[in-house]
Amino acid sequence: MYAFNYQRPDSVAAAGSALGGSDDGKFLAGGMTLLPTMKQRLASPSDLIDLSGIGDLVGIDDNGDGVVIRAMTTHAAVASSSLVQAKIPALAALAEGIGDPAVRNRGTIGGSVANNDPAADYPAACLGLGATIVTNQREISADDFFTGLFETALGEDELITAIRFPSATKAAYQKFDNPASRYAIVGVFVAQTAGGARVAVTGASQDGVFRAGEMEQALSGNWSSDAVANIAVPADGLNADIHASAAYRAHLVTTMAKRAVAAAG
Amino acid sequence: MPTVSMTVNGKSVSADVESRTLLVQFLREHLALTGTHVGCDTSQCGACVVHVNGVSAKSCTMLAIQADGADVATIEGLDDNGTLHPMQEAFRDNHGLQCGFCTPGMVMSALDLVKNNPSPSEQDVREWLEGNICRCTGYHNIVKAIQAGAAAMRG
Ligand code: FES
Ligand code: FES
Repeated sequence: MYAFNYQRPDSVAAAGSALGGSDDGKFLAGGMTLLPTMKQRLASPSDLIDLSGIGDLVGIDDNGDGVVIRAMTTHAAVASSSLVQAKIPALAALAEGIGDPAVRNRGTIGGSVANNDPAADYPAACLGLGATIVTNQREISADDFFTGLFETALGEDELITAIRFPSATKAAYQKFDNPASRYAIVGVFVAQTAGGARVAVTGASQDGVFRAGEMEQALSGNWSSDAVANIAVPADGLNADIHASAAYRAHLVTTMAKRAVAAAG
Repeated sequence: MPTVSMTVNGKSVSADVESRTLLVQFLREHLALTGTHVGCDTSQCGACVVHVNGVSAKSCTMLAIQADGADVATIEGLDDNGTLHPMQEAFRDNHGLQCGFCTPGMVMSALDLVKNNPSPSEQDVREWLEGNICRCTGYHNIVKAIQAGAAAMRG
């Protein structure tokens, strides 16, 4: 790991100015991706602005319609939250399936969403539930937030402070995971929401998480796994690597969608 | 260089370290607590698991400075004046180790599990060990050891 300056501000405003004042700084959330990347010398920020000293960024609140999860809340905290379990059980279950226990104890929802790894779980929940990403500058709907491979709508000094999840009538997430990393080879989040059915797919596409429109239409008329059983996404543009070919991933999207709808009941 | 202070196995320690010093380096190189191992450089093997403020964490994927002010527990802190902790004893009794490289991380992960789940099923143990890799045992005896250790701790 290359050397860097370390700062631990105690407010969101101070974190923003610390980043703005640095040469090529980065926010450090749980560090479950950034630190391994730095260890491999694939990233060499001039400064790390550690967000763990900002108490305002931790916690889960009930906002009537759903839950608001602040950015530095760990996966373990989301998984074990009785509020999330009661309001959006699929979200608690998704958090419980991320990585391994030690990763869940440190990894955070804000870090995962800001990183937008194409195989991460949380982006599927955000897009599948139609969440709103709240930053220190504005609010961004999940539909506008995830813009490509490791790309988001976040600006240079913009920091996610919380994510607002509306609850759904029914929802479930199913993933076919890589047995070593527990990243999704393909993961599908389905939800029956006030605005209709939503289906978000992670792990599959070279462009990161996406919505499967044809499946959403089918489910809006008929919420059953049969409705999606014969809908295939094209293999063009899907990831192909040592773990799975594009055609296999395309097949998994349908299979995981079927399982998710069945699990949602 | 920043100064970090923390409690390790009940003792206060403090040292000047570079910001980039990992917690595992701090434990092994500054404190000579070499029971915590480094088995990979990709954060996947779990040989480096310690407890930070009571929960398991990979000490290779955490900066020492992130543990400033924290309460850290390592494998060296488990025994009682030379008498093995029941979980360590269970690993010995059940042949839960061969080369022993993964064992400190396995034991620390196991203790994090039984804290919230005092009677884990085989499935619970296997799922919990997703982040701990063993190249020798095939896991069978590790799972047995953790269930036996949990039973011994229940008394
Ligand atoms: S040394 Fe392998 S996970 Fe830490
Ligand atoms: S006993 Fe050798 S790696 Fe587990």
